[in-house]
Amino acid sequence: MLDKPRLLTGLDILSALMVLIAAALVFFYAPVEQLMGQVQKVFYFHVATAWVGMLGFMVAGVAGVLYLRTEKEKWDIAGLGAVEISLVFFMVAIIMGSIWARPIWNTWWTWDPRLTTAAIVELIYAAYLLLRSGLDDPGKRARFSAIYAIFGFFSVPLTFISIRLVRTIHPVVIGSAEAASQGGFNMDAPMKTAFFFSLAAFSVFFADLLWHRIRMGKLQSKVNQLRYQSYEKES
Amino acid sequence: MIPFLKSTAAIVWKDIKTEWRTRENLSAMLVFSLLVILIFNFALELDLRARESLAGGVLWATFIFAGTIGLNRSMAVEKDRGCLDGLLLAPVDRSAIFVGKTVGNLFFMLVVEAIVLPVYSFLYGISVFQPGFLLVVLLGSIGYSAVGTLLATMVVQTRTRDILLPILLFPLTLPVVIAAVKASQGFIQSVPFAEISVWVNILITYDLIFLAVAIMVFDYILEE
Repeated sequence: MLDKPRLLTGLDILSALMVLIAAALVFFYAPVEQLMGQVQKVFYFHVATAWVGMLGFMVAGVAGVLYLRTEKEKWDIAGLGAVEISLVFFMVAIIMGSIWARPIWNTWWTWDPRLTTAAIVELIYAAYLLLRSGLDDPGKRARFSAIYAIFGFFSVPLTFISIRLVRTIHPVVIGSAEAASQGGFNMDAPMKTAFFFSLAAFSVFFADLLWHRIRMGKLQSKVNQLRYQSYEKES
Repeated sequence: MIPFLKSTAAIVWKDIKTEWRTRENLSAMLVFSLLVILIFNFALELDLRARESLAGGVLWATFIFAGTIGLNRSMAVEKDRGCLDGLLLAPVDRSAIFVGKTVGNLFFMLVVEAIVLPVYSFLYGISVFQPGFLLVVLLGSIGYSAVGTLLATMVVQTRTRDILLPILLFPLTLPVVIAAVKASQGFIQSVPFAEISVWVNILITYDLIFLAVAIMVFDYILEE
């Protein structure tokens, strides 16, 4: 329990390598996009981080269900870890998107479905952390945050659909005819390689971080237990 | 099924009865919502044209703010006076407690809406008394009070309960707000129903999903 698993060290190295290779592919292998120029390179990591962000929130929802069913502490830690990691990655995705949008859309921000949904998701999971911080009893905290994560899991797609019905200008890069007018483009083969490799690299990176976070959470509760025991012995 | 309905009805009746004795919650919600409308009147300069295009938004913002006050109070009262423990001791299905509290909160929200809507249409000359519009108000309030009741039950058990409910509730109920505002706006501006129906469908979907999920998870909130 206290020793770092070998596999985790392997995963550390693998994810570091993959992210580095992904960066190299993005900068040196993928061609510069004709209309947008260098700023288009933001796209590869933007989509990858946003993907990891959404993935984490899905993991949190599933971990919520598993916690309620099994009451095992590890699912609570997994849910919390997934939310924490995803909050950061989603924020990175939003900031990268803004960097791209400024020259292409001529604005940092628009109330497009994906942007708005991204903002709402950040707020839902910030609220998740606030809810946790307001509860002291660990069992209650785990149960309530699991329920909240499940609710978020159901609410986010509905939010996305409803805003999408209102308006959209976000480019749909894959499979859209009128994408070009909104800043979309068709990817050629090297671009696709860089894109899918970035997705894979960040997914591995996410798994690595989550594993670290779960391990940290377990160690933390172990420390708390030991502290409690020594306190009991003294008194 | 019958005992479930009976115990639900008993909880709703208890809520209405206690509220009727003081009427403090309802009157607070009502005065608050009139104040919100007053503030919107100055904040948005509701002139003739703006009135038409903003009415849906102003109305729903008002209902939602007023609803939050009601939800917070309805669970806080149960907790503070130890009624929640009494409810838990009662030999009824836990989900009956949830449905009962939700129907109670829905009822108070509808009472407030039934007073605010005529006042609003009197002040701004907007016709809101169409069956479709009233259906939207009902569907929106159902979704809002269902999720709100569940979250309020959680929030009263936290340290930061006075501020936490809107923070948890608003982002989760955004689909309700979007769909309800769009649908209400459509009815106010007499848009053909074919264009509004998609919003009504979203409201129905939201209500069904969240009522089902809430009933499934409510047991875990009251576990001690």
